[in-house]
Amino acid sequence: MAAGAAGPGPGSGPGDSPEGPEAEAPERRRKAHGMLKLYYGLSEGETAGRPPGSDPLDPTDLNGAHFDPEVYLDKLRRECPLAQLMDSETDMVRQIRALDSDMQTLVYENYNKFISATDTIRKMKNDFRKMEDEMDRLATNMAVITDFSARISATLQDRHERITKLAGVHALLRKLQFLFELPSCLTKCVELGAYGQAVRYQGRARAVLQQYQHLPSFRAIQDDCQVITARLAQQLRQRFREGGSGAPEQAECVELLLALGEPAEELCAEFLEHARGRLEAELRSLEAELGPSPPAPDVLEFTDHGGSGFVGGLCQVASAYQELFAAQGPAGAEKLAAFARELGGRYFALVERRLAQEQGSGDNSLLVRALDRFHRRLRAPGALLAAAGLAEAATEIVERVARERLGHHLQGLRAAFLGCLTDVRQALAAPRLAGKEGPGLAELLANVASSILSHIKASLAAVHLFTAKEVSFSNKPYFRGEFCSQGVREGLIVGFIRSMCQTAQSFCDSPGEKGGATPPALLLLLSRLCLDYETATISYILTLTDEQFLVQDQSPVTPVSTLCAEARETARRLLTHYVKVQGLVISQMLRKSVETRDWLSTLEPRNVRAVMKRVVEDTTAIDVQVGLLYEEGVRKAQSSDSSKRTFSVYSSSRQQGRYAPSYTPSAPMDTNLLSNIQKLFSERIDVFSPVEFNKVSVLTGIIKISLKTLLECVRLRTFGRFGLQQVQVDCHFLQLYLWRFVADEELVHLLLDEVVASAALRCPDPVPMEPSVVEVICERG
Amino acid sequence: MEDDAPVIYGLEFQARALTPQTAETDAIRFLVGTQSLKYDNQIHIIDFDDENNIINKNVLLHQVGEIWHISTSPADRGVLATCYNKPSDSKVLTCAAVWRMPKELEPGSHESPDDSSSTAHSLELLCHLDDTAHGSTACVTWEPTGDGKKVISLADNHILLWDLQESSGQAVLASSASLEGKGQLKFTSGRWSPHHAGTQVATASDTTVRGWDTRSMSQIYCIENAHGQLVRDLDFNPNKQYYLASCGDDCKVKFWDTRNVTEPVKTLEEHSHWVWSIRYNHSHDQLVLTGSSDSRVILSNMVSISSEPFGHLVDDDDLSDQEERRPEEKSQEPPRDGVIATYEEHEDSVYAADWSSADPWLFASLSYDGRLVINRVPRALKYHILL
Repeated sequence: MAAGAAGPGPGSGPGDSPEGPEAEAPERRRKAHGMLKLYYGLSEGETAGRPPGSDPLDPTDLNGAHFDPEVYLDKLRRECPLAQLMDSETDMVRQIRALDSDMQTLVYENYNKFISATDTIRKMKNDFRKMEDEMDRLATNMAVITDFSARISATLQDRHERITKLAGVHALLRKLQFLFELPSCLTKCVELGAYGQAVRYQGRARAVLQQYQHLPSFRAIQDDCQVITARLAQQLRQRFREGGSGAPEQAECVELLLALGEPAEELCAEFLEHARGRLEAELRSLEAELGPSPPAPDVLEFTDHGGSGFVGGLCQVASAYQELFAAQGPAGAEKLAAFARELGGRYFALVERRLAQEQGSGDNSLLVRALDRFHRRLRAPGALLAAAGLAEAATEIVERVARERLGHHLQGLRAAFLGCLTDVRQALAAPRLAGKEGPGLAELLANVASSILSHIKASLAAVHLFTAKEVSFSNKPYFRGEFCSQGVREGLIVGFIRSMCQTAQSFCDSPGEKGGATPPALLLLLSRLCLDYETATISYILTLTDEQFLVQDQSPVTPVSTLCAEARETARRLLTHYVKVQGLVISQMLRKSVETRDWLSTLEPRNVRAVMKRVVEDTTAIDVQVGLLYEEGVRKAQSSDSSKRTFSVYSSSRQQGRYAPSYTPSAPMDTNLLSNIQKLFSERIDVFSPVEFNKVSVLTGIIKISLKTLLECVRLRTFGRFGLQQVQVDCHFLQLYLWRFVADEELVHLLLDEVVASAALRCPDPVPMEPSVVEVICERG
Repeated sequence: MEDDAPVIYGLEFQARALTPQTAETDAIRFLVGTQSLKYDNQIHIIDFDDENNIINKNVLLHQVGEIWHISTSPADRGVLATCYNKPSDSKVLTCAAVWRMPKELEPGSHESPDDSSSTAHSLELLCHLDDTAHGSTACVTWEPTGDGKKVISLADNHILLWDLQESSGQAVLASSASLEGKGQLKFTSGRWSPHHAGTQVATASDTTVRGWDTRSMSQIYCIENAHGQLVRDLDFNPNKQYYLASCGDDCKVKFWDTRNVTEPVKTLEEHSHWVWSIRYNHSHDQLVLTGSSDSRVILSNMVSISSEPFGHLVDDDDLSDQEERRPEEKSQEPPRDGVIATYEEHEDSVYAADWSSADPWLFASLSYDGRLVINRVPRALKYHILL
């Protein structure tokens, strides 16, 4: 409105001086424009469509803000030719005229608008004046209304207060009525058995009664209530004590009693006492099942029964207790834990007794299933009652049973091994009666080996049930680690192999060294068995075990090599013992033959003595026996016809060499010298030396022992001429037959030479037999 | 002299019999009897000069036959007994006799010229221990502590106690006992116990060891199956009265407590053939010497069952410097049972090995080829035992 009012002022300017200097009009217009623009917040540069390059300060710019007509004219005059001047003058005149007309039309238009605006304002002035009057009237009316309202309020105030008071009295009266009715209500509830309702009522009323007990009437009500409550409590307890109803009802009773404010401690003890009664009954029934004599139900049934009866009951008790007596805090929890521990302990004792009965049986799967159920069942109370350690105890029992099972299996394997040995003994004894010796030794060995292996596999399979995935306790650390490595691998398998070695070795130490209670064939067979174990079976069994029981335990286990070494040592000892026993048999024969004969007065030899033939026969038999189980072995390369060859060497040249000094009475020293020189070139013979695992070595050992015995016996006797000759014949005979058995036939020659030489020394009249005659006799015999 | 190298002496003949001169306690002297069927047999008296490592020998002729066993009187240095084969046409009979050496060979006349060794002396016969009814004599053993008048000989299955009567030159059979049983029972060896006032004798026959009371000539104890095979020799522990060692054809050496004969106290199995001889050291009974037909002599340390199981006992009133030494002694590892040394100088079976009666650290062994080897206990062990 103010702008509108100011507008006509400058607008009238151009109208006043339409013929003013041409330069002045645009300037003023521009001034007015600038002010307007200033008012509308537009910058000057934005409105003008000025060419961009022109200088806004240029005083010669007609449209510029700093236009200076004088400068402009001067410039025109100075610069332009006349014609152009003229043109610009006409142009200028034309522009001025156009501008004037524009201005005139603008003035007219604005003038009209101004007039209508003035009219409007005048009308408004009138209207406002009317409105002011009406507003005044309204104000007076409002004042009257306010006045009235205040008056009404003042009059109603009194009534309102009275109504409020009456409502309060009403509520109070209702409460009082409830209180007065409470005793009868409670009685009714108690009669109807709605104990819960009764306890709720009582709970609501208790605080009020407590507060107003100094008033006699309330006191009376309170007394009544207390009497009824006491009765209620008594009834509840009665119900609780009767105990016939199940655990949930009991829990309810206890809950109500707690709400009645009965002492929690006492209740909790009583609750546990009741629970104990019930659980003990369960235990008794379990114990009855155990029974001293009647046929116990199978272990699975037993654990099922125990699981559903006792463990289920315990679970219920525990959860109810924890719900009811949560307020009791750690002391209460401790009480429950102790309770669970005690009863759990008794339950475990029963279970263990039952499981102990199971130890003898062979059925592992049933036992494992029973253990699984037992363990699974105890998880729930275990979770509820972590403090009672039931789950741990259960795991412990399972572990113990597993350990005992391992022991049982080890025992079983040992028994199986011993059984095999007994079978072998019988098998060995039987054919002997039939007159044949050692047939089927290889089959016997195969039988023993396969039977033991199958036993081991069966045991492994049985024990493997303990670690099956679906069994609840298989993921316990014991079953993942120690059970596999220490229990199965070390305890069962390694333990068995060790005990097998020990059993076998015990045959070597048997006191009956004369012949011995152990048949030599058994020694041989065991030795081969141990050797087979060393080469293949042990590593096979252990690999099998490791595969079946993925051993994750880091505890050290016996390496295969140690076991193999033990088995090899056992095999070696057995074979050495075999050699000793067989050597002893033959050497006893030889000894008897030397000791019992009267060598001085014997006749000229016609035959090889029977005992020598027997020796050769026995050696051949042993050779066959050993050949059944052991490989041939290597012997020193000799010509195939060595018996012939060595015979000539032995009986002619060497014999002369050995015997000659004995005959020559001139030089007693020579005997020593020659025999000593001879010994320098022969190696010392270790008679009872350890043997290798092949036939030749075994036979060599036996023959060495026999011949050394012969030598020592010969040295203890004195020979007549024919006695010496008999020894000569015998030795040649042995030579003919024994060389083929030994690794180095030179050894046989050496020992037999020694025998003959010793016999010659022990003969006062040594006249050796002609080699050709010896040969003839031997070939005939 | 300070080296432990063995000293070797060679005899011309085969030999089995070896004994120290028991009554001699100053000079180291061994007697060896030879075995030859064709020549005159000899007894070599071998004196060992410990300081110079030299052997002196004297030879006595023993013309009656080859010597199977020899033993010397514990009382008289000049008296010895031999068991010898009497050559005959059809039978071999082993007899026993007691002899006296010529006077000049007794230690007193030690300085007799060495060149006399070539001339052989003869033994003087004191008496025969013969009773043809009793068969071949295997062994003669003297009463160890007596006056050299009592002798026991073992003939076949008889045990004979003789009373030597020097004056009359006769041996009187005082008492006898015999083994009864099936089969041919023969004594192989016997020893007279140095304990119990010389009333006990132990004998070996077949696999059994028996103890006898010389007063009643009755059996006191019997170790059945002492060895798996023949028992070859036995010896009493000189310091522990119930302890006895035996050896045999099962290559084992066993130690027994005669109060409990069911189990040996200890068993050694070191030899690889029959063990023919076993001897306790006279002073240090942990040292046990065995000879075997595997041509080896083995010296074993059986300290755990010896009379000095914890080493030498130091008396309390010993010198203070010994007190000071004691802690270091204790720090030493207690000696363990086992083989001390194996001597392999022999090339034939060793049938006899024995300790010197004069020097407890020295022993001799004899192999069949006539080689006598004198060895010493290793010095380190000797000092260990002494200190």
